[in-house]
Amino acid sequence: MIAWTGPAALAGALFLLGLLGLLARRGLVFVLMSIEIMLNATGLLFITAGMRWGNPDGQIMLIFVLNLAGAEIALGLILILRLRDRLPTLDGDAATLLRDG
Amino acid sequence: MMAQWLWLVPAAPLLGAVLLGLFGPAFGTRVCAMIGTGSVGIAAIVAVLLALGGRGVSQALWPWVVLPGFSVNIGLYLDPVSLLMTLVITVIGCLIHLFSTEYMAGEAGYSRFFAYLNLFVAAMLLLVLADDLLVLFVGWEGVGVCSYLLVGFWFLESENGWAAQKSFVVTRIADIFMLAGLLLLSTDLGTLSIRPMLAAATAAWPQGGALPTTAAALLLIGGLGKSAQVPLQTWLPDAMAGPTPVSALIHAATMVTAGVYLVVRLHPLFLLCPGLMAAIACGAAATLLVAALAGLFQTDIKRVLAYSTMSQIGYMFLALGVGAWPAAMFHFLSHAVFKALLFLSAGAISMRLHHEQDIFRMGGLRTKIPVAFWCFLVGAASLAALPVITCGFFSKEMILGFVWSAPGMGPALWAAAIFGALLTAIYIFRAVFVVFFGPATTAVSGAYGVRIVLPIAVLSAAALCIGWLETPHFLGGRAFFSAFLAPSTGVVARHRINGLIPLAGFCVPLLGTGIAWVLYRRGFWHALAARPEGRLRALLRGGSEFDAVYDALLTRPFFWAVRVLRDDPVDQAFGGLEWLAIALHRRLRGSQSGQLRRYAGWLTAGSVATILLLVFG
Amino acid sequence: MNAVFLVAGGVTLVATAVAITRANAVHALLYFVVSLLGMAVIFFDLGAPFAAAAEVIVYAGAIVVLFLFVVMMLSLDRAAAIRESSWMVKSVWAVPALLVVLLGGALARVLTAGAGGGVTPLVITPQAVGAKMFTADLAAVELASMLLLAGLVGAFHLGRKP
Repeated sequence: MIAWTGPAALAGALFLLGLLGLLARRGLVFVLMSIEIMLNATGLLFITAGMRWGNPDGQIMLIFVLNLAGAEIALGLILILRLRDRLPTLDGDAATLLRDG
Repeated sequence: MMAQWLWLVPAAPLLGAVLLGLFGPAFGTRVCAMIGTGSVGIAAIVAVLLALGGRGVSQALWPWVVLPGFSVNIGLYLDPVSLLMTLVITVIGCLIHLFSTEYMAGEAGYSRFFAYLNLFVAAMLLLVLADDLLVLFVGWEGVGVCSYLLVGFWFLESENGWAAQKSFVVTRIADIFMLAGLLLLSTDLGTLSIRPMLAAATAAWPQGGALPTTAAALLLIGGLGKSAQVPLQTWLPDAMAGPTPVSALIHAATMVTAGVYLVVRLHPLFLLCPGLMAAIACGAAATLLVAALAGLFQTDIKRVLAYSTMSQIGYMFLALGVGAWPAAMFHFLSHAVFKALLFLSAGAISMRLHHEQDIFRMGGLRTKIPVAFWCFLVGAASLAALPVITCGFFSKEMILGFVWSAPGMGPALWAAAIFGALLTAIYIFRAVFVVFFGPATTAVSGAYGVRIVLPIAVLSAAALCIGWLETPHFLGGRAFFSAFLAPSTGVVARHRINGLIPLAGFCVPLLGTGIAWVLYRRGFWHALAARPEGRLRALLRGGSEFDAVYDALLTRPFFWAVRVLRDDPVDQAFGGLEWLAIALHRRLRGSQSGQLRRYAGWLTAGSVATILLLVFG
Repeated sequence: MNAVFLVAGGVTLVATAVAITRANAVHALLYFVVSLLGMAVIFFDLGAPFAAAAEVIVYAGAIVVLFLFVVMMLSLDRAAAIRESSWMVKSVWAVPALLVVLLGGALARVLTAGAGGGVTPLVITPQAVGAKMFTADLAAVELASMLLLAGLVGAFHLGRKP
């Protein structure tokens, strides 16, 4: 038997790490990967909640999170591929067409 | 019976004014002249007939204000005082109209001139015939407006406009005080109808109390403004910018005496405030000295006459200040005659000299224009109060007698008055000698028609004869004039004064004339005019610089405020809001960098802040 | 807190931390796979075997593989790796670290404030999951399939060369 606070803390820590990667990394691939880390951490939290309350809802949510991650990563990667033509370096900070003034 | 025609007196000139105003340019010059002079003539005839008929007639016309507790009716009241004023206004007015039909011939705006002049006569008649102070005030304002219109008659030159504006603004300021006085009277006594109001005032208010003094003082200020007395006298010399008949009628004979009329009409109210009467006398003495001193140094003949008007009305106010109502009215009558005569003669002279008005450019006109010379001489003699032959002597003698026997400051005031008489004789005869004697400097052209000569001849005859209406005791002691006025002014006893005082009154004018002659022979006047102006002379010539004081106290602060507010500071404060918004926009624009990472960072920061607030707050 | 959980949790944490600091994209993704495997172990330990299997099969097996395929297509060479590490200066981590610490503080506060819960050791079988998912949550399943369809169509359309 495990107290649910442990896994919850771990999920929080993983989420924070993902957030850190999102804010700090400049390359677009790494930004996408950080988003994946965050989604994964959320999934862990769902499972923990499912264990806590003792019903399958947590796992069902995980399935849906996986679903979402898949769809999103497909589109995101396609966009990166198409972006390669404009931004050969895939530098997030160089994409400033929407700059004001 | 005649009473029912009383309304015709102000109505005839008013009708003339309306006709000339609406259709003037369509009529020819002759028709305009006939309507203009005729309407005043009708009023004169009616006034004379009323004089021969009964006295103390009144005619109620219409109710005007009907409120619970206060009502004003438009009505006309003819008693000896107003009859006297009506006769003067209409008869002298008619003569002046006749004169100006020829004087203004060939001027643009001929019909406009007569329209304004008729309107003025109508307003002035309303003023003197009014039965209610509010109706009097309507006439009061009316004459002010007409004075503005007529002084600025030649409006294409801007100085005339400024002079007209000055006269209007100064009298308007005085009128505000008068309005305050009317409000005080109406709220405290409940009525502005003259006779009931005076009865209520004498019954309800104590002698020397604060209320009567305040009310009388406020009304007096209005009168001082209209009559060009110190401290509101600055407009009169500049008002000489108008045509000469205007100066003759408005600024010599009639409008400027409105203040005197007001005090005489309301004399029971003024008798309640002995302190104020003393103040009136002192102010009048100051005015007559300031004006007489100024008259010594003028070079424009009309300005000499303007300052002499100021000075003579000072004499009338001096008489009012000591309670000698008949004396003031007698001097009013003789002043109206000889001042109109002087102005018309001056106009006649300048007509022949291409409208030259500087006395040092005239000369030797005694032989060139004898008619004008003799008429001007009669007028000047009356002004200087040369003994026995002129009306001015009798009226001034009457005033001096009353002033000497006044309790308290009598002798001091008499000394000021007699000194003023000396100065008067000097300055007017200075003008006479410089203009009519010596070598001719400007060429004379043209000739006079009967319409110029008749009025000044009639006025000269009047100036020589009218004096005998009221004589001092050593010349017969006739009191016809005082008896005529007694029903409205009360009986004011005239003391017998012996010895030096009447003798002084006899000799001083002769002395003044002699001094002027001697100085003329020595060429003093010409030398004085040729010399550059010293400080003292500039001060006295400018009427003791009241203008400068008003400029510093009132005009400059006003224009300073105008300058400060010119850019609309309030609007600029609102403009500051706009500036602030734009400045903020420029600063905040920098945050739209287009960089994903930065946007993500701001998003995170905002979310973290909210979460912290929720968790720890 | 049993040993399995502690070990797996530690592995996951370390692997993730390393993953976000790599300059080479493939290395980062491989560390990510390690973290996913550790995650699967934790799921199993928490009594969710189906979730563990799905994590390995779908996430590590499909999603990350897709990621790797595309990264290979990008052919990020040595120069890219050098560029990437040049962007990872110390100063760049400062503000993100601050924000993360603040958020971590809030999370810690929330976790410690709640009451601990007793939990029965329970293993939730795939049968139970399936039974619930396809009866009570059927609408959500359908929506998820529509989401996949949207992803498919979008990827197909965006991927076409003009």
